[in-house]
Amino acid sequence: MTLETLVEQLNLKCKCCWEKLKTTEIKGGYAGDLLSDVMANSQEGNVWVTRQVHVNIVAVASLKEHAGIVIVQGANPEKDTIDRATREGIPIMVSDLPEFELVGRIYQLIQNG
Amino acid sequence: MPSDEYLEGIYYIQGRDFVDAGVVSSEIKRTLKDKGIPENIIRRVAIIAFEAEVNIISYADQGTIQLFIEPEAITIEAVDIGQGIPDIEQALVEGFSTADDAIREMGFGAGMGLANIKKSSDIFKLASEPGSGTHLTSIIKLNGQ
Amino acid sequence: MRLRLSEIRDLLDAKVITGEDKLDLDITTAFGADLMSDVLAFARSGCLLITGLSNPQSVRTAYALDIAAILVCRGKPLADKFIEIARELSIPILWTRLIMFEVCGRLYQEGLTGCICQASGTEEKHLAK
Repeated sequence: MTLETLVEQLNLKCKCCWEKLKTTEIKGGYAGDLLSDVMANSQEGNVWVTRQVHVNIVAVASLKEHAGIVIVQGANPEKDTIDRATREGIPIMVSDLPEFELVGRIYQLIQNG
Repeated sequence: MPSDEYLEGIYYIQGRDFVDAGVVSSEIKRTLKDKGIPENIIRRVAIIAFEAEVNIISYADQGTIQLFIEPEAITIEAVDIGQGIPDIEQALVEGFSTADDAIREMGFGAGMGLANIKKSSDIFKLASEPGSGTHLTSIIKLNGQ
Repeated sequence: MRLRLSEIRDLLDAKVITGEDKLDLDITTAFGADLMSDVLAFARSGCLLITGLSNPQSVRTAYALDIAAILVCRGKPLADKFIEIARELSIPILWTRLIMFEVCGRLYQEGLTGCICQASGTEEKHLAK
C-alpha cells in the first residue's frame, strides 16, 4: 500500500513531500512518542504515528528510513519540522483522529490489502 | 582509541542544542552508507550515535563524537565536557533518567539511552568524572565483512 | 462494541499483573499515549489506557481520571513500585510484548473505539466507526 492510498482513505492532510506519496510503499506501522523507543524498535518502511511535532522527529524518521510520519489529533507540525522534512524527503501527514482510532484504521488498511 | 588513520569524522555538538539533535547521527549514517557498510551494522550505529548525540545535547555543555572505521570494527567515541554522571551503575538502569520535564515532553529522557547504546554495542565503555565530563566508547565488530 | 478485560488479555497474549479479580470489567473505549501530559489532557474515564510508560506516576494519573485499566505494551519491564501502587489503588494492569501499533490495531478490529475529552473537560467526543 502506498502513502497516497493512506492519505486518500484516511483523509490525511499532507504537509510536504507530496511527490513521494505515489511512490512510497508502507511496510507496517509504528506508534509511539518516546524517541529512544522509536529508534530502538521501529523498522524501515514503517509509517510512524505520533503526537510529537518538533523538528527531531524528522531525524528519527530519517535515521530509521520510515515511509513517513502521521501526526495525530490535528496537532500542527512546527515550521522547522516541515522545513527539515522537506530537505530530508520525509512526508509529514496530519490526522484529526486520536492515536487509537488512527492506528486502528491504518492497521485495518494494511491488513486488507 | 583507534589510531588517527581510521578517523572518519569528528563532529561537534553544542549542549542544549535540541534543534539539531539527530543531525550528527544522520551524517554518520550517510558516511557509513557511502562506504558500503552493511545495513544491519548501520542500524546499530544509528541507534548508538543518536543516543550519544542526544545525551550530549541533553546533559553536557558541549561534546564531540568521533567515528573510526577499521577493517574489523567501527568505533564511536563520544566525549563531553559537562556535569558528568555521578553514578554510572544507576545511569545504566533502564528507565532511570535525570531529564527535566521539558526534555521529557519532547519524547527524550525516557531513561533508555545508555541501555540502548550498550545493547547495540559489541564492546561498551563508559567513564565519567562528575563536574568534568563523560567519555563513552562503543565498538561494533565487522565480522569478516 | 465492548470487550471484557479477560478477552483483551487473550487477544493480546497479555499477562495480568494485578487486578485478577476485575477481569470481567467491560471496556468500550481506549486511549493510547506515551506522555502523561496527554493522558491528563485527553483521556476519558472508564477507558483502557494503552501506554509504554510504566512509572508510578502513570498509575496515579489513571486513578485520578478513573481510567478502567492500564495496558503496558512493548514488553516494558515493570518496577515493583509501579505494581505496588496499582494494587493499592485497585487499578488492573495488563502487560504485553506487542508494540503499541499492533495492540491498537487488534483492539480496534475487535470493536473498541477511541475516546478523547476536549481540553475544556465539558465536551466529550465519541468516535463512531
